[in-house]
Amino acid sequence: MNFSNSDINEMYLDVLKELGNIGTGNAISALAMMIGRRIDMKVPVVKMVDLKEVPEILGGAEIPVVGILLNVEGDIDGFIMLVMSQASAHILVNMLLGTSLNGYSEFTDIEKSALTEIGNILAGAYLTALASLTGFRMIQSVPQLAEDMAGAILSFPAIQFGETGDTALYIETEIFEASSRIVADFFLIPTMESYQKMLKALGVA
Amino acid sequence: MIETIKVGMADLNVTKYPNALTTLGLGSCVGVCIYDRKNKIIGMVHIMLPYSWGVKNNSNPAKFADTGIPLLIEKMESLGSQKKDMIAKLAGGAQMFEVTRSEFMNIGKRNVEAARKVLDEMKIPIVAEDTGGNYGRTIVFYSEDGRLEIKTIGKGTKTI
Repeated sequence: MNFSNSDINEMYLDVLKELGNIGTGNAISALAMMIGRRIDMKVPVVKMVDLKEVPEILGGAEIPVVGILLNVEGDIDGFIMLVMSQASAHILVNMLLGTSLNGYSEFTDIEKSALTEIGNILAGAYLTALASLTGFRMIQSVPQLAEDMAGAILSFPAIQFGETGDTALYIETEIFEASSRIVADFFLIPTMESYQKMLKALGVA
Repeated sequence: MIETIKVGMADLNVTKYPNALTTLGLGSCVGVCIYDRKNKIIGMVHIMLPYSWGVKNNSNPAKFADTGIPLLIEKMESLGSQKKDMIAKLAGGAQMFEVTRSEFMNIGKRNVEAARKVLDEMKIPIVAEDTGGNYGRTIVFYSEDGRLEIKTIGKGTKTI
């Protein structure tokens, strides 16, 4: 049977919410441990979205963003894309490196490497959540970083699966540390086959 | 008053003088822009993939070079253009992330190659292109003179 994304969002809201809560919980525990301070989170927004809508979610196709891309292989094949505004990325990287925020200029190599590592941790946190809810086994690749227009960055996963599926699992994570607010958008973009498998395993199809 | 009409991902549009067409944040997709020099009619298609054959989900012709470009030309013809007056410009086809798996995965490059081949088959000359690289592009195509303005983040703006 074919469901539209809005049907799926209605039907599976609880499961998706649970996935977002566990994943974000995992992610902030990992980050809090790294920086040695408490981090708070807002209840994440989780839904299935059309890849076409994604640039709008990010604030427009031309908005400059930082994108971190990983491959996922195993019981689910696809991509993970983590997208942050440049401001959020700078705050996060300073938090992690213990440096003070010094404008929003270009990232240094060390900062890029730290961001890539954050991508690794966050992706791992969400995949672990998905694995615990589904029993799937998945492996994530080494992340890659790109800074550019949201539309351009998103075109990569959109195209890879333009051949099969066009749907992504979207989790909006909002975390707080002291007076800083960071928003990171997490997208899991499974192949069409993996997408069906994932819905089924989550008890929703 | 010039109206600038947006062309989304896997979408196409045509317009007449004095309007312009734009597509935002092109990455590995290719913006194929066709200009009718005689009637100042312009068309733009934002293709995502080279060919529609062998693709299950191919109901949208504007998504592919092999179906999107002929459809664009048809739309321009219905506005009164003739193929002999058309010239083409290409932009996009970047590789946003390093992909080590294989050259086959460099869809940006394959999109550009497919667009060139289809335009060649339709006997429409490509007079300028700004393709490849690893950065995004926003393009604006003007019916006034067929100029194509290309904006990037950190790589400047140029007109071809």
